[in-house]
Amino acid sequence: MPDVVVIGAGMIGAACAYYAAREGLSVTLVDRGAVAAGTTGSGEGNILVSDKEPGPELDLAMLSCRLWTELASEARELGGFEYEPKGGLVVAENDEVLRALAELAGHQEKSGVVTRAVAADELADYEPHLAPGFAGGVFYPQDAQVQPMLAAARLARRRPSVTLRTGTEVTGLLTERGRVTGVRTDAGDIPAGAVVNAGGTWGGEIAALAGVDLPIMPRRGFILVTEPLTGLPSHDASGAPGSSVGSGPLVRHKVYTAAYVTNVASDSAGLETSAVVEATQAGTVLIGASRERVGFDRTVSLPVLARLARQAVGLFPALADVRAIRAYCGFRPYCPDHLPVIGADPRVPGLYHACGHEGAGIGLAPVTGLLIAQLITGAAPELDPAPFRPDRFAEAAA
Amino acid sequence: MTAHDTPTPDAGGDGVGERAVGRYDLVIVGAGPAGLAAAGVAARAGLRVAVLDAGARIGGQYFRQLPEGFRAARPGALHHGFSRFVRLRDALGDADILLGHRVWAVERGPGGGFAVHCLEGREERARTVAAARLLIATGAHDRVLPFPGWDLPGVMTAGAAQALLKGNLVMAGRRVVVAGTGPFLLPVATSLAAAGATVAGVFEAGGRFALAPQALARPGKAAEALAYGYRLARHRVPYKGGRAVVAAHGDGELTHVTVAKVDADWRPYRGGQETIECDTLAVGYGFVPQLDLPAQLGCETSRDAAGGPVARVDRHMRTSVAGVYAAGETTGVGGADLAELEGVIAGRAVVADALGTPVAGDPADPRTEARRRRLAGFARALLRAYPVGDGWTSWLHDDTLICRCEEVPYGRVKEARDLGAADARSIKLLARPGMGWCQGRICGEAVARLAGEDPAPPRRPIAQPVSLGDLAAMDGRDEWKET
Amino acid sequence: MSGVGGSGPDGRVSGASTVRNGDEGGGMSGASPYRLVGARPEPGFEVRVDGRPVPVVPGQTVGAALHAAGIRTWRTTRFGDRRRGLFCGIGVCFDCLVTVNGVENLRACLTEARPGDEVTTS
Ligand SMILES: Cc1cc2nc3c(=O)[nH]c(=O)nc-3n(C[C@H](O)[C@H](O)[C@H](O)COP(=O)(O)OP(=O)(O)OC[C@H]3O[C@@H](n4cnc5c(N)ncnc54)[C@H](O)[C@@H]3O)c2cc1C
Ligand SMILES: Cc1cc2nc3c(=O)[nH]c(=O)nc-3n(C[C@H](O)[C@H](O)[C@H](O)COP(=O)(O)OP(=O)(O)OC[C@H]3O[C@@H](n4cnc5c(N)ncnc54)[C@H](O)[C@@H]3O)c2cc1C
Ligand code: FES
Repeated sequence: MPDVVVIGAGMIGAACAYYAAREGLSVTLVDRGAVAAGTTGSGEGNILVSDKEPGPELDLAMLSCRLWTELASEARELGGFEYEPKGGLVVAENDEVLRALAELAGHQEKSGVVTRAVAADELADYEPHLAPGFAGGVFYPQDAQVQPMLAAARLARRRPSVTLRTGTEVTGLLTERGRVTGVRTDAGDIPAGAVVNAGGTWGGEIAALAGVDLPIMPRRGFILVTEPLTGLPSHDASGAPGSSVGSGPLVRHKVYTAAYVTNVASDSAGLETSAVVEATQAGTVLIGASRERVGFDRTVSLPVLARLARQAVGLFPALADVRAIRAYCGFRPYCPDHLPVIGADPRVPGLYHACGHEGAGIGLAPVTGLLIAQLITGAAPELDPAPFRPDRFAEAAA
Repeated sequence: MTAHDTPTPDAGGDGVGERAVGRYDLVIVGAGPAGLAAAGVAARAGLRVAVLDAGARIGGQYFRQLPEGFRAARPGALHHGFSRFVRLRDALGDADILLGHRVWAVERGPGGGFAVHCLEGREERARTVAAARLLIATGAHDRVLPFPGWDLPGVMTAGAAQALLKGNLVMAGRRVVVAGTGPFLLPVATSLAAAGATVAGVFEAGGRFALAPQALARPGKAAEALAYGYRLARHRVPYKGGRAVVAAHGDGELTHVTVAKVDADWRPYRGGQETIECDTLAVGYGFVPQLDLPAQLGCETSRDAAGGPVARVDRHMRTSVAGVYAAGETTGVGGADLAELEGVIAGRAVVADALGTPVAGDPADPRTEARRRRLAGFARALLRAYPVGDGWTSWLHDDTLICRCEEVPYGRVKEARDLGAADARSIKLLARPGMGWCQGRICGEAVARLAGEDPAPPRRPIAQPVSLGDLAAMDGRDEWKET
Repeated sequence: MSGVGGSGPDGRVSGASTVRNGDEGGGMSGASPYRLVGARPEPGFEVRVDGRPVPVVPGQTVGAALHAAGIRTWRTTRFGDRRRGLFCGIGVCFDCLVTVNGVENLRACLTEARPGDEVTTS
């Protein structure tokens, strides 16, 4: 009998399994599909601190960012997962937005975020192909990226005390006198000391199996992928602008407009887009991502793709002649207060939740895994998990 | 209609001609036998019809035409049943033929109907055509399987060899090996031989006489097969069953292939190998229907006899989405005769649905129905007679590319499986096969089979590469409600 | 680019294929595609491939003209430096991507050649 069953082999479940195993626990990681087959396989791999306002989520992100660096050096011997600390450049359309951005950056610095103000005439040093006319921006050297599917798969496989069971659907929870003692699956029962709900966008359904409510909803996002460009992207380790201005890759960092910051925190169900443009190691440029709440509707939305394209071309005019060859969508696990659910469920002893990370689940995966492992073993958590507690929604409603 | 012109429902049927404004009663994507046959039926009934095709001439794959520039005295010499093409062409009436139009997306228009987004010509001019009804007759492409050396220049699909000859009067090579499985290998080999190439051998991985029982049940087909056999013999082309090209070799370009004797599952027998010199290998393992457009609209699919996805249609060729029809190879690979017949049936259904009348013809026309049943039955029998044997995976080495575009070798696919990629999609996510230029059209079948699955219906929101500039210019069209 | 009468960037000259874009057949029968259909092509034109002239019959694609001239590869892959040319012949595989008049990533098998086209191989 494993110490822990983790439900869901996405980025979050993989990180939970990894850290639990590191704490000496034996883990069975189950997924009804394959590893990374959920939202982890249909998003992007940005590890961002730049897009978060000071508060509990930024604190999570800061710690997670550091953990990612550790994991990346550990992962090099495993074959890696394309970790790239390339830095993010947020640009402002006009002076007013620039002032708001600078103010935000100032607050972020107090939480440990490194920021560099970039004057209008310095933007080209960072991104030679950026459109003219931006009022300036802020560079965030700590922003990084990973290939999330590979990262999830490698973390899930890293520790021998983790058993991965794909193609296994959890259909119920085993309970004994009100306490969760394992999971029921379509391939038999798996008793365990603790159960972690890392079901992502489907985390609410898993909570419902235990008779508790978690208000996790899907928030759809589309991503456009271009043809591979000649000249593979590269960066220098400091994240500082390269010396080869004018040549080299079309896009060097993550680049987005400051409008993004307001979108992330939005409660609107309607379409919001603010293109984040970045190059990948495969040579393609990724343009993501829209946000809209339309349930689990996969129907292609050309208007959304058109909007993303227009914003990307607005940032990098040279992209107008670059062809898009692919588009895909995923469903972010979204909570009404935009914070993830991390912690033991006081209503159901033995059940832990690690889900609802919306558009930041890749970035926040290590810290989530670490906290869950610490909570299960009773170690002192590295960071106060109270803001993420699973029963907070009931309180809000009451 | 100018670039990015929006579909304007019921704008009237004025101004016939290439640049007509307004909505067509029927837009047909694909000018092969299926699309042409449907266009003729619908145009004759008075509907306003447009036929769109990426190619420079009508005909599709089977009736691929030579450019005028050749001034061929006997264009039919490269074709079987050229007179049928002439009939189809002459029956098009005043249907608009929009050539050089690559359809990259179809979507439901705001007031019903459909917007068909195309890129026109080498300049890739964006253009949108509006349609009340849509017939998808996009045909198929060759099915290929990876083997060591398959990406050497000189290795090409059987269909490519045929297209080069029929459409450009260029021989794929001087000394050609034809290999793979299925009846298509025969016309490829005979036309190459007739054009003067030395066909060093035709190697059918299945049994040599796999087709015999079915062919005997269809005298016409038996005669056709005999005719091919006779012509191969006349050109002294060896035709061998139970043989597969398991490797291609050459330093930079193809110089020879390894042909192995294979068992019923296509696993090579020990020792039964020969090396054959050739500058070209034409290889094909059947065909894969092109379903990108029906999938974009959410049309349901079903599975053909070999497990591959096909557009699901009723007996009038209506898909599961109202107003969308499919005919030809998109509904299941069945060859040109069946494609043409399905085109006729689809055309009739469109006419009836447009006029709000019951479909004319069947059941009042039991002959069409009976003929279709017979041809479809034969197509199913062919698929069963030429299955892809599982043993092809034993031809692979760790460094054999599975995905040509992303250059993903077999070893990386195996590694992905070890990492927990239990299905084709997660193999793609972890190792990238299928993420390249062709979007998995070439490697998709192999990756699915390596994952132990039947290939899934495609999900390609962008069916042809489209510039971000063109995409961006579509932003903000008012009738797109953002809800 | 490699092929008869031309050497690729790597200086390799290949003699595997000598099919010319004209009425030249193979085998002992004297058969040829042109004879088969009774073609009397109208006067052709030339395109340039890395500066070298290649004959075209009006209506032929860039890919067909190059292939007929014995040029079987005109592109190198991103990762493995593999040589690529025609594969599927109908615009599906994107192996035959080519640069014409500076426009990158055109499918040679779909792109009809025009007089004066400058094809660059990579
Ligand atoms: C378009 C888009 C772009 C994004 N970009 C970024 C980004 O740049 N940076 C970032 O940090 N985040 C990004 N995200 C968000 C990120 O992808 C998610 O937050 C993250 O993947 C969530 O991981 P997860 O493991 O919680 O969920 P998932 O990956 O969805 O994993 C949940 C797993 O649980 C399994 N499961 C569910 N129910 C059951 C059951 N009953 N039994 C067994 N298994 C079950 C599912 O099969 C699934 O594999 C993006 C998301 C989208 C859609
Ligand atoms: C390369 C190739 C060569 C073949 N040669 C022969 C042969 O010589 N003899 C034989 O018996 N069978 C041949 N076949 C088999 C062929 O599938 C059938 O014989 C027959 O042509 C099918 O008819 P169809 O009308 O269904 O489709 P097709 O004849 O394939 O016509 C489909 C048409 O749709 C067009 N199209 C597809 N997608 C788009 C898009 N997105 N936008 C615009 N246009 C599009 C294509 O350009 C094509 O012209 C060949 C198949 C292939 C793939
Ligand atoms: S061969 Fe794999 S994407 Fe093209």
